[in-house]
Amino acid sequence: MSTIVETHDDHGHHGPAKGLTRWLFTTNHKDIGTLYLWFSFLMLFIGGAMAMVIRAELFSPGLQIVQPEFFNQMTTNHGLIMVFGVIMPAFVGLANWMIPMQIGAPDMALPRLNNLSFWLLPMAFGILISTLFMPAGGPNFGWTFYAPLSTTYAPDTVTFFIFSVHVMGASSILGSINIITTILNMRAPGLTLMKMPLFVWSWLITAYLLIAVMPVLAGAVTMMLMDIHFGTSFFNAAGGGDPVLFQHIFWFFGHPEVYIMILPAFGIISHIVETFSRKPIFGYSSMVYALTSIAILSFVVWAHHMFTVGMPLAGELFFMYSTMLIAIPTGVKVFNWVATMFRGSISFETPMLFAIAFVALFTIGGFSGLMLAIVPADFQYHDTYFVVAHFHYVLVPGALFGIIAGVYYWIPKWTGYMYDETLGKLHFWLSFISVNLTFFPMHFVGLAGMPRRYPDYALQFADFNAFVSVGSFIFGVTQLLLLFIVIKAIRSGKKASGEVWEGTKEWGLEWTLESPPPYHSFTVQPEVK
Amino acid sequence: MIDFSRIPKKFIPLSFLMLPQIVLGEKSDLNMPVGVTEVSKSIFDLHMLIMWICVWIGVVVFGIMFWSLWKYRKSKGAVPSKVDDHFWLEVSWTVAATLILVFMAIPSTTVMIKAYDDTEGDINILVTGYQWKWHYKYLEDNIDFFSNLSTSQEQIDNLVPKGEFYLMEVDEPLVIPINKRIRFLITGNDVIHSWWVPDFAVKQDAIPGFINTAWTNVPEPGIFRGACTELCGIRHAFMPVVVRAVEQEEYDAWVVEKIALAEEERLLTEKVWSEAELVERGQGVYQVNCVACHQANGKGVPPVFPALDGSEIVMNDKQRNIEILMEGVQGAAMQSFANQLSEVDLAAVITYTRKSWSNGQGGDDEIVVPKDIVEYKNKADL
Repeated sequence: MSTIVETHDDHGHHGPAKGLTRWLFTTNHKDIGTLYLWFSFLMLFIGGAMAMVIRAELFSPGLQIVQPEFFNQMTTNHGLIMVFGVIMPAFVGLANWMIPMQIGAPDMALPRLNNLSFWLLPMAFGILISTLFMPAGGPNFGWTFYAPLSTTYAPDTVTFFIFSVHVMGASSILGSINIITTILNMRAPGLTLMKMPLFVWSWLITAYLLIAVMPVLAGAVTMMLMDIHFGTSFFNAAGGGDPVLFQHIFWFFGHPEVYIMILPAFGIISHIVETFSRKPIFGYSSMVYALTSIAILSFVVWAHHMFTVGMPLAGELFFMYSTMLIAIPTGVKVFNWVATMFRGSISFETPMLFAIAFVALFTIGGFSGLMLAIVPADFQYHDTYFVVAHFHYVLVPGALFGIIAGVYYWIPKWTGYMYDETLGKLHFWLSFISVNLTFFPMHFVGLAGMPRRYPDYALQFADFNAFVSVGSFIFGVTQLLLLFIVIKAIRSGKKASGEVWEGTKEWGLEWTLESPPPYHSFTVQPEVK
Repeated sequence: MIDFSRIPKKFIPLSFLMLPQIVLGEKSDLNMPVGVTEVSKSIFDLHMLIMWICVWIGVVVFGIMFWSLWKYRKSKGAVPSKVDDHFWLEVSWTVAATLILVFMAIPSTTVMIKAYDDTEGDINILVTGYQWKWHYKYLEDNIDFFSNLSTSQEQIDNLVPKGEFYLMEVDEPLVIPINKRIRFLITGNDVIHSWWVPDFAVKQDAIPGFINTAWTNVPEPGIFRGACTELCGIRHAFMPVVVRAVEQEEYDAWVVEKIALAEEERLLTEKVWSEAELVERGQGVYQVNCVACHQANGKGVPPVFPALDGSEIVMNDKQRNIEILMEGVQGAAMQSFANQLSEVDLAAVITYTRKSWSNGQGGDDEIVVPKDIVEYKNKADL
């Protein structure tokens, strides 16, 4: 017996392996979280470079830098990379780092699966990006890849794209299974569901959404594969198929996907707002109910992306009403964040600045979303830059700011060093100003009638497009500053205490560990009263 | 420095309110067009109503937020309150949000019902989206034609200055009479397109295998410009919609003229064409239909768009050359032009490519006449 105990002890004290194998074979939640975060950071710069190409071409009317064929590849891959390669992996990275620490566990429940779900990702994106260098060119049919443009009329590389989507989907499903298993089974004694930190709650719900809709996406691309190679006609009208069916399937995946990309940010923002208001989140239970309602409603609103496909009147009205309903739980969340700040004791460190910007700018994205829900008005907004403005408001100062805020908030915990506060604030203000310079004018260009996915445009849109391009270049360059700040915080800086921020020990288990936390987080289960 | 204390206090909120009014006024280029039809005007009003409600919610919520950030900042020694929940507060803002949404839903539903009407029109026009042009067919008068972008490739490539209606002009606009109910039957030939005229508030996807409907009733003459709004491939940005609304008499005269022109066109097939005539006509056809992909110099953009200059088929294989234009190329961007161009235009454009660039010297020098196309069609029918 005693030998067994000893072996176990040895195991308990081991640290990370040395060299490359540490990262290739790791089963440690922190190492895998780090891999996810760096991967998503790299993808941010690749997808961002594509956005820079798009904005450079759109700086003035006429074709000057790229041809429409390449432009379409840029818009498509920018979208795919930002959605599947940046926002989603970054959230999974944060989940890997934080969930075990927030629930008082030593690691994720399924560590080997965890390794697999990360290493699938570089493979998927390697395949996707390699298509750009093939003679036929990469996917050029938009990130929504509507059939038959993506089937009968697609470049030959579409098969690589389909395989890549399958691999990304597998990675997400495995990651979600792991997250759900961890949350449901490994919470510290006393940490009941209704006491769980909101980031954990938001990820529990997100993981269920992922498991529900990723197979739907896999089904859609499989049907495409069959149409292209095996003579079926799911989406081919000439063979009796239905191109609109593709859109229904895609958006049945796509709308929950939209919330997959924002719910974890809701969780992060809730923690940051309470920390820097020095007051627990207002209306915790209503926050949980709001998250749940948003997730449930996300399954019955998909056709609001398709108001112009020719649905019957009853269908148009149903999807308008159901979409408007989402404004209620979302509004409740915003009200609760504001109520948390109200009568708090507020300080303005970088994470808080990003969180405040999130609340304001995400809400603006919510307002334009509400406008887009109004069917008759959507006839004018649909597929214009108004839509581009809307979803970039919820995804850039929304999801991405949420992630950046989370990185600033937790990086002292991860590395043991404080980031440079002055540089952080500089990064915030440059990002905040340029993000609005980039995306706010898009509302007006869209209302004035500029359609999206256009490599070239009429002269009346020229001034605003030049303006938007300048904003986007500033935003792009500013993110290099984030890279510098992160590297600096890893290598040096003021030592961070376990608590990091004032008073956090009271409302989060992760802050009871030292900074950086031990390799196996909680080796002794903490008790939550 | 401006001395803010000298501005009368009551003007401060006023000037704040005036700002969006100036930016988003009715005549502004920065807002949704009011349009000319009853439906487009009510959609504009609805848009403004919803937008103002959102602006006001924003003013209140952000107002409270920024006021709290200011008032309860730690640097002023604020002490956090212990209250972290309030049942009736949660209930009341949930109810308030619901009531505002109901208030928005009522006018939205009314306008939607008004806009949605698929009963037959006085004039019914079949609109078909092609890569990358629109085809219009007047179902009652049996008139049909393609409407192509007329902005030159040189303008797009920044070789010559851009015109006033850069990318918003076509060779042949859709013509409709005013004060008539026009119903559009909208479909797609290849991929999904979307037919949009902002001034009518009509946007409807053109989907292969489906016929969608939309309608309008234009009260005043004018030229109305729109666009394709569903990504449809490389030339998505280059297939604008232009509609000319005219008085009834002018419309009637136009119909008579179009029918006569169609008859004339039909007779051209019978005519004996000389090589020079075909090349001249073919050049015009090439400029409109081929130049975007195969380029003015015939070099194409390999590998996506093959070169015609020096092509073995174009120089020496007349039958295959005709076949490609008639059937398109499976799995490539090349589509069938059999129903898009007349026999004369098909013969002319093939002849033009066989005689142009280096092909005139290098090839078998055969030309294609309209009769060849008719023969091909007859053979294909068997």
